[in-house]
Amino acid sequence: MKGLRFALRMLRRDWQAGELRLLCMALVVAVASVTAVSFFTDRINQALELQAGELLGGDLKVTATRPISAAVRQLAREAGLAQAEVVEFPSMVMSDDAARLASIKAVSPAYPLRGGIHITKRSPAPPHAAQDMPQAGEVWLEPRLLRHLGLEIGDEVTLGNARLHITAALVNEPARASGTLFTLAPRLLLSLADLPATGLVQPASRVTYSLLLSGPADRIRAFRRAAEEVLASGARITGPEGARPEIRSALERGGRFLGLAALVSVMLAGIAIAMAARRFAGRRLDDCAIMRCFGASQREIVTAYFLELLFLAIFASLLGCLAGYLAQLGLVGLLGSLVALELPAPSFFPVVAGMLTGLVTVLGFALPALLHIGRVPALRVLRRELGALPAYSLSIYGAGIIAFGLLVVWQTGDWAMSAYALSGVVGVLLSLAGIAAMLIYLLRVWQHRVPRSWRFGVMSLTHRAGGNSIQVAAFGVGMTVLLLLTMVRVDLLASWENTLPPDTPNRFLINIQGDQVEELHRRFQAAGIGGAGIFPMVRGRLVAINGAPVAPDSYRDERAQRLVAREFNLSWAAQLQVDNEITAGSWWDEGKGGDGLSVEEGLARTLGIHLGDRLDFEVAGSIFSGQVSSLRKVAWDSFRVNFFVIAAPGILDGYPANHISSLYIPPGKAEDFSAIVRDYPNVTVIDVAAIMDYVRVVMERIVLAVDYVFVFTLLSGLLVLFATIQATLDERIRENAIMRTLGAGRAQLVRALLVEFAAVGLLAGLVASGAATLLGMVLGARVFHLPYALDPVMILLGTLAGGVGVCIAGYLGTRRVLDRPPLQTLMERA
Amino acid sequence: MAQCNNPIIEVNGLAKRVPTQGGELTLLQDIHFSILPGEAVAITGASGSGKSTLLGILAGLDIPSDGEVRISGRDLFALDEDGRALLRRDAIGFVFQAFQLLPNLTALENVMLPLELGDRHDAREQAAEILARVGLAARLTHYPRHLSGGEQQRVAIARAFVTRPRLLFADEPTGNLDSATGRRIIELLFEINREQGATLLMVTHDASLAERCSRALHLDAGRLT
Ligand SMILES: Nc1ncnc2c1ncn2[C@@H]1O[C@H](COP(=O)(O)OP(=O)(O)OP(=O)(O)O)[C@@H](O)[C@H]1O
Ligand SMILES: [Mg+2]
Repeated sequence: MKGLRFALRMLRRDWQAGELRLLCMALVVAVASVTAVSFFTDRINQALELQAGELLGGDLKVTATRPISAAVRQLAREAGLAQAEVVEFPSMVMSDDAARLASIKAVSPAYPLRGGIHITKRSPAPPHAAQDMPQAGEVWLEPRLLRHLGLEIGDEVTLGNARLHITAALVNEPARASGTLFTLAPRLLLSLADLPATGLVQPASRVTYSLLLSGPADRIRAFRRAAEEVLASGARITGPEGARPEIRSALERGGRFLGLAALVSVMLAGIAIAMAARRFAGRRLDDCAIMRCFGASQREIVTAYFLELLFLAIFASLLGCLAGYLAQLGLVGLLGSLVALELPAPSFFPVVAGMLTGLVTVLGFALPALLHIGRVPALRVLRRELGALPAYSLSIYGAGIIAFGLLVVWQTGDWAMSAYALSGVVGVLLSLAGIAAMLIYLLRVWQHRVPRSWRFGVMSLTHRAGGNSIQVAAFGVGMTVLLLLTMVRVDLLASWENTLPPDTPNRFLINIQGDQVEELHRRFQAAGIGGAGIFPMVRGRLVAINGAPVAPDSYRDERAQRLVAREFNLSWAAQLQVDNEITAGSWWDEGKGGDGLSVEEGLARTLGIHLGDRLDFEVAGSIFSGQVSSLRKVAWDSFRVNFFVIAAPGILDGYPANHISSLYIPPGKAEDFSAIVRDYPNVTVIDVAAIMDYVRVVMERIVLAVDYVFVFTLLSGLLVLFATIQATLDERIRENAIMRTLGAGRAQLVRALLVEFAAVGLLAGLVASGAATLLGMVLGARVFHLPYALDPVMILLGTLAGGVGVCIAGYLGTRRVLDRPPLQTLMERA
Repeated sequence: MAQCNNPIIEVNGLAKRVPTQGGELTLLQDIHFSILPGEAVAITGASGSGKSTLLGILAGLDIPSDGEVRISGRDLFALDEDGRALLRRDAIGFVFQAFQLLPNLTALENVMLPLELGDRHDAREQAAEILARVGLAARLTHYPRHLSGGEQQRVAIARAFVTRPRLLFADEPTGNLDSATGRRIIELLFEINREQGATLLMVTHDASLAERCSRALHLDAGRLT
């Protein structure tokens, strides 16, 4: 009890003396960065968990690319489960003067079994939960789709061959939150009864059929077990845990990435904390020696400082949680519209996480220095050099790195990944520090050549090589990530767009019927829209190679499993497409293809298909067979239509086909093009430019969010800067007093300070932009497969930004060095 | 030794008061004296009598509350801080009890420092020469923490004399040294002072040392007696 009160008194005194502020600030930044991410992911997780049923639209969902089998329906009926049916596919929707790609959803009246749909029947009225689903002849459109088509509630809309009456605007649909950035095409909801009339569902169309089920949990479980037995290939069952998979996977990956990004700030803040604690301990050595002289035990001293530190950690971590909560609102602002979920208030878990992070960080980074002062010998009272703190010892940083490692493991829950992340951060820090130390060493060799008036600054820099290298590295890491993100956003996206030739197809046409091919072709040519290759397309699933059945579990490779599980597109052609290249075997001569197949070489490699193999495909319930007569190389990123498997002409005749085309529409032809395709309501147009814009918007949001988290990194980099400045402040004050007695003028001293900090900043900027460029090149080559050229302007700007930034921070941090009368300083030390 | 009748230091009505929690504290008051070029003057007095404070003010390191100090006829406190720094650089050398070497600079760099501040081109040669004069030719690249107290003080003396100042201030230069080393340091100080013909003003407790000076100023509770 006595110890507690004593520790609190010490804390108050040290706080008032301003000794602990930097340590506290670093801790606040560390905890805030972790909790901001944690609060945010926690809210999304909770939303997914609490609203899982509503998000799925039922308790269980059976999905397939063909109508759900009678066997499954029968099982559901026997189990006494409520059923609702859903059919989804993309299609064009047209008004009299506009056409838009939409995501069509036809539902049975029972839909949704869980949750509700919000609509408005009159435009400005507030949305309410819909009582029924659209009746036959009615459609509900998302407001954005209404806007695009220039329609209002009460108007009519064309969908395929049907004309339907718009009776409401679809404001919110939990199973696929409206208006989210994850959904490119806006929703149109209609009754299942109208589907045949549209004529859009043809045997080869890309349609998803679902059966939603609800009922008591035990019967749902029993049904699930039974249904899995009879499920056709290509069908699958999803429970509430699988609702909104796009958000789940984004959350898992994105949340983990943001969490790691936050930990980079924790690492830097840890360095700042270690430095601040070391300075604090260094200044307490004399007090402790005297306390020891007067009989305080080692344990009493350590306990007192430990408690003081603990109080500070609790206080700062709470403050950090508060800051993190506020910062989280920013993340919601940036990313909230991407997920479009009703976000509940955060749980208490992030606070626990924040407090733990704070305590672990303090214990790891600050305690070693304080433990050290417990061991200070009483004899220091007489001999001051005894028991001095080591400058950058392994014990001081080692404990911190272990503590940080624990945090990383906790955050990722994955030892291997933690080891990667940890060695990555420590490696980058060490290499930046190493490079900085090398550059400083070079400067030291050359320092007598630099202009006289700069020399004191340069000397000051080189004589504090250790501290300055750490400064450069810590600040440099913060800058590196920010520069890297800027580059990835601006440069990589631009360089990808630049690699596309100007006549790259910008429209896809899908769902063209066989009898429309000739006519469309003619009309395009008449309108001067050239190069429209229209290709047939048959959907089939690979079932056997050389008679041996293939199933997803015959492959270890994930991509192979996926390829075998779903249907892919087969085509036929007499001529080889211009951008394809035969790599094995030969293309068939006109009329002599036999039952030949040409397979894309990547697919062949993944699935283990060789020249001469016989492949069996299941197409619309029957088996289609052919022999591999050539392998092809395909330029997939050309935006042209390409197929994994092409058959010789003739052998696919009679199977349900559908046609597809990609073409380049120059800006001047857009009107003509639209006029033509409007006459074919079943043909769906996909505008590549719109997709690119969409991808860009999503990317920018995400990059912005990542930037946002890395601002904490820059902040903690700045704190390290201040911590190193503080660590040398006493020394600088004394040096300046001596320099003044030797006759240095104020201008000379200011110049020396500025030169030193400018040099530190320029070094940090140079090292950071170098590292960012290197990482950018690696990322470009390995991840994005794009050439990334060295950008001297960015390196220059990065370097300058570092120089100016550190100069300002350094000057602010040391200004008071200049304002003290030298005699006072010198007498204090005597 | 060039004798001249114009005093190099002239002090009139000097006083120093500092505010404290218990009201204003008078450290120095009503100080008058003058020193002629080439003199060696000791300042003596009990501990706390204000010796260091006086020396600091004479060197322009601190500002008096009242009175004036003239160095070679120029009013020290009519100059601004930079002006005083310039004067120190050109005319004044310093030796402290606690040596006050810069820990991050080698012995040679410490001695070069005042020359470099004055933009002198032969700094390295001059500094090496005077370090040889104080017997440290072999220790040029050593850092202060690797030198003994006596050696550090010799570096400090070399640094004080390297600019050939007209005035040398020393505040208990032997206070941190044992008596044998102290005696050798004092010999060195007087020798070089004689060679360069500087005016010496030295604070000391040591009566025998005070006797070696041409005269002594005795401070008692901030007043000259
Ligand atoms: N800034 C200040 N504020 C308050 N008191 C001061 C200040 N500077 C000096 N003093 C006091 O003025 C008195 C004279 O100090 P000074 O250091 O000049 O004495 P000194 O004669 O050099 O003593 P010593 O022989 O112990 O070095 C001392 O009592 C000291 O405590
Ligand atoms: Mg004194």
